[in-house]
Amino acid sequence: MPRTIVTRAEPKRSKFKRVVRFTDAHIEMAHGAGGKASRRLVEGLIAPAFANAALAPLSDAAVLSLGGTRVATTADGYVVRPLRFNGGSIGELAVNGTLNDLAVSGARAHALMASFVLEAGLPSEALRAEVEAMAAAAQRAGVPIVGGDTKVVEHGKCDGMYVTTFGIGEVDPRAQLDPRSVKPGDRVLLSGPIGDHGITILLARGELELESEVSSDTRPVWPFVEALLRTCQEGVRWMRDPTRGGVATSLNELVRDCGLAIALHEEDLPINPQVRGACELLGLDPLHIANEGQFLAVLAPSDAERGLAAVRAVPGGERATIVGEVREKPVRTVLGVMPYGGTRTIDMLVGDPLPRIC
Amino acid sequence: MKYVDEYRDPVLIGNVAREIHTAVDAARTYRIMEVCGGHTHSIYRHGLRDVLPANIELVHGPGCPVCVLPTGRVDDGLSIARHPATILCCFGDMMRVPGTKGTPLELKAQGADIRMVYSPLDAVRLAQENPDKNVCFFAIGFETTAPSTALTILRARALGLRNFTVFANHVTIVPAMRAILDSPDMRLDGFVGPGHVATVTGCRPYEFIAAEYHKPVVVSGFEPLDILEAILMLVRQLHAGEAKVENQYRRIVPYEGNPAALRALAQVFVLRPYFEWRGLGFISQSALAIRPELAAFDAEVQFELPGVRVTDPKAAQCGEVLKGVLKPAQCKLFGKECNPERPVGALMVSSEGACAAHYRYASRTEALEV
Repeated sequence: MPRTIVTRAEPKRSKFKRVVRFTDAHIEMAHGAGGKASRRLVEGLIAPAFANAALAPLSDAAVLSLGGTRVATTADGYVVRPLRFNGGSIGELAVNGTLNDLAVSGARAHALMASFVLEAGLPSEALRAEVEAMAAAAQRAGVPIVGGDTKVVEHGKCDGMYVTTFGIGEVDPRAQLDPRSVKPGDRVLLSGPIGDHGITILLARGELELESEVSSDTRPVWPFVEALLRTCQEGVRWMRDPTRGGVATSLNELVRDCGLAIALHEEDLPINPQVRGACELLGLDPLHIANEGQFLAVLAPSDAERGLAAVRAVPGGERATIVGEVREKPVRTVLGVMPYGGTRTIDMLVGDPLPRIC
Repeated sequence: MKYVDEYRDPVLIGNVAREIHTAVDAARTYRIMEVCGGHTHSIYRHGLRDVLPANIELVHGPGCPVCVLPTGRVDDGLSIARHPATILCCFGDMMRVPGTKGTPLELKAQGADIRMVYSPLDAVRLAQENPDKNVCFFAIGFETTAPSTALTILRARALGLRNFTVFANHVTIVPAMRAILDSPDMRLDGFVGPGHVATVTGCRPYEFIAAEYHKPVVVSGFEPLDILEAILMLVRQLHAGEAKVENQYRRIVPYEGNPAALRALAQVFVLRPYFEWRGLGFISQSALAIRPELAAFDAEVQFELPGVRVTDPKAAQCGEVLKGVLKPAQCKLFGKECNPERPVGALMVSSEGACAAHYRYASRTEALEV
């Protein structure tokens, strides 16, 4: 077996870097919501125990160097309820979600593995449907599922099924992604309308007596990422897929890592009317709602227009938009700018408005 | 989106903002209280302070139901969840409000059956679906939500439910406004009146503010244009030396209110002789109790509650912030021990709370500088 040589240098620690302590007495749903509480759990309890250079960036995938090749690996668990919803299902999410974590790390996926936790009493047909959905999604992306594991727990111990997928891919040589390379003046690209997935799941639970045509945006983002890397190369400084916690949380993580500010032009954000309507009614911010088929990229200013055109040229990328830019101040802040000059701070997701969306 | 986009039109917002800038007298300040938490949220959410002249100071009022609920009442409500075979239902806002032994969310994580509902009728449905359990709805809110609680109780009676109760914490806005007006540190010039409460009560209950205290009131909607127009109307009244109640929210608020909702309130509730408000203390005739003839649905009758009054953490200055004496960031705990994730005071919990709105939306540097 080749020896794993980790080349990624430990990020320079600012002397003001705060040490995160996890003092919560119990695990709550909010710890799984992808927002501040999740971050605290990972940084305060889990990561310190495993501390190593490849883990340190806490990004979507870990990048290792295997015999000179940059390899990205990632694992993701899926506990969505209900199992099937408008536009997708747990199986499809489990494939696309893991592929997307690799894609936004600049990696073309080579293989997936899948681990199932099944509840006794789950109809075999439901499992078959999910396995088939996974096979179809994997085939669409051209990535084989090469192994996995199956466990069964007693009836009532899990909601039908949980799936964990593991992915491995080769980092594209053109991808030089690092939050510390982000500079004032860089542009923020968003690949398409936000909030569709989270709102679809919320409505699919039928607890709200709201109905809408909205459907999940689950899809692989690699074709867009590939077009972007081909066009802009090192001009792509950072990417992230804004899943749990939404765009707001992803961008807050970026400003924290790069020590700069991001100004989002709120009128430019692509949001479908059904999602806007549901968010207005329920008092949610679309920027906090999960996506499963979108990504954010920070592009060098000279590459922004070309990069945008490249993403838009890929079918499904027509609604990609430059939604904001990087600024020097106010440091570590995501700012919403209204067309009439009003501004607001956009924080990470706090609490858990929509549990178990993926 | 209809009824939303029109009221967020950047050109119109720019126009009203310019009109306000032209109208204000640079030599004076305007201290305007937006009574309702919904206004507070909207002002921050849409960055309206950035478009207003510096001498218009917006003071955040007590109109956030979660924020004014004293800790003792939270404890009472949560004690219900500890009874066997009991489901406690509450609005999402309540889930992170700390009682002395933790928040509803923490209790839930430890196994208590506490559920978030979007409508009190969801709680009735739970009671129908779980005949072997007691379902209690933790009701909070001003006149805006009280009619839906009233109708829910009437519905439960019509369905003959025997396993459904309501823990009523409905409060009324007028006595609280009077308490603020009577407060010795009151320095307000006028009020942006609570639009949603007024859809039920109408505008007449605010006339005493103009008549007795000579302060103008403009009942306002919640979109950016609504709030700016209301502020402009207040500035104009102040310049004309007038004090009257005006209705900016005419598209929703009838001057006389909603008679059907008021009838439902009268059918189900009576005024409590007094009720404790966080930060404001005991205010007489400021809250609603369930009528004795509906005692079967009254959690305060059906459960034994601790009823212990709990004082706020000493360092938390929620009361001063609620009355508008302190700005959120001037509180000693703001952003430190007290933040939206781990709130100490209730103003940090609800998105309508002045502290949470300030923490979430105001510029961090400014928050730290104050």
